[in-house]
Amino acid sequence: MIPVIYLLAFSGGFVIMSLELLGGRILAPYFGSGIYVWGSIITIFMLSLSIGYLLGGRLSVHNPSSSRFAAIFAVAAVLLLPLTIYAQGIMEFIFLRVEDPRYGSLVTSIVLFGLPTVILGMISPYSVRLLVDNVAESGRVAGSLYFVSTLGSAIGTLMTSFYFVLWFEVNTIIILLIGCLALLAALAFTADRIFAK
Amino acid sequence: MSTRLLLLLLLFLTPHARAEADKYGVLHEERSLYTRILVHQNKDLLCLKFTLVRSDSNQSCKDLAQPKRMVFSYAQMSMAALLFNPNPDRILIVGLGGGTLPMALRELTPDAVIDTVEIDPAVIRVATDYFGYRTDAQNLIFTEDARVFGKRAKIKGQRYDLIILDAFNGDYIPEHLMTVEYLQEMRDLLTPDGTLVANTFSSSNLYHHESNSYRQVFGDFINYRRQDTGNRVILIPQAQRNSDTRTPLSEELLLDRARALEADLRPYDVPIVRIAADVAIAAGAKPDWNLRKRPLSDQYSPANLLRKR
Repeated sequence: MIPVIYLLAFSGGFVIMSLELLGGRILAPYFGSGIYVWGSIITIFMLSLSIGYLLGGRLSVHNPSSSRFAAIFAVAAVLLLPLTIYAQGIMEFIFLRVEDPRYGSLVTSIVLFGLPTVILGMISPYSVRLLVDNVAESGRVAGSLYFVSTLGSAIGTLMTSFYFVLWFEVNTIIILLIGCLALLAALAFTADRIFAK
Repeated sequence: MSTRLLLLLLLFLTPHARAEADKYGVLHEERSLYTRILVHQNKDLLCLKFTLVRSDSNQSCKDLAQPKRMVFSYAQMSMAALLFNPNPDRILIVGLGGGTLPMALRELTPDAVIDTVEIDPAVIRVATDYFGYRTDAQNLIFTEDARVFGKRAKIKGQRYDLIILDAFNGDYIPEHLMTVEYLQEMRDLLTPDGTLVANTFSSSNLYHHESNSYRQVFGDFINYRRQDTGNRVILIPQAQRNSDTRTPLSEELLLDRARALEADLRPYDVPIVRIAADVAIAAGAKPDWNLRKRPLSDQYSPANLLRKR
């Protein structure tokens, strides 16, 4: 089970940063690609992750299980779907109502990325809970977990900015990320069934 | 002897002497939010650069001995727009640089309203301080991203007779300003007979992708290239119309208009008659790029990664 959890934590990190980078691309047609657009995106990702850490930690207290862990991935996948369908309409709506592109991009980032990123933020603390058996090793486990998930983030950033944008359309990349999350949810769920027996 | 040496030393240290020495070097350097800005002087040539590394990174140059002279081919080539409509009422310029184009058009078309969009406040400052860029009631600057400006201008119902796309950063054209969606937004801002001019380069693989993006939005266009420069200027008269319903421009008509403009353009060193002859040839030329390369879109715009491929 342990390698599966590490794989999931790695993928969580990968998806978060891939999504964040694509955010710049998604917002550019309506709000430009100025520093404030990146400011908005990073602010909202950080804020959402921080809330996600808090909620993930809380969730891990009651009956932690790989099935619940799988549910986090499934929910994140579902919440990312609107991004591929409604992003254009949502940005149009906000663009027409918020004149200043700084606040326009901030509001858009909240609407498009807020919720899915909160859910993705829950992955790390929940993973720690699933991996820790005793207090003595908790620090080591948390360290390994941060290592793996942040490595995932680094690779997600690199792959997206160097290669994915060259190979695929933005929406195709998001659908691939959704597919990846769904697959991982299925994996965690199945693993839970197998190891529970 | 020592007094003479002292005098010489004093002379050397006076501000005048330092100004002379500065004539060959960097007059100003700053790191803005978007790029690194350099103002470099070499004899009478004052140039704006966005990076130090590449030698061809000049954005704009001014000849101090002949301030009106258009130093760069692309600026001269852009003046071909006046052949299609010598008296545009409203002009939009995307990308200020040293302000060469807005300042020249301000004088050449004194009745026109000129809107210039420039994202970088530092570029505006440098254009004003070093290159003599000035705004007035008819010549305005908007410190905004061109996508944002374009969308808002469309909502406000603004239309232009001439749009010049000339936005560059230190690298190339920003990626979101090369997509078919952006070009369509610019097309929507034109009056029915309005002209679109775009300054691009023909020296990389991006040339094919970029050309096909323009082709997807505008159909046929005049692909104005010159042997002596890597600049390629895209000229699209009556850009809002389908390319088969545009009024054909004969060589005689272009040459007639060029001769009428010749005297006005002489101080700018723009060989408009030669340009008209070039444009007449380019207007009849077949596409010289790979038509199968994918157009750039908001969904697919790895533009600056495609350059090296």
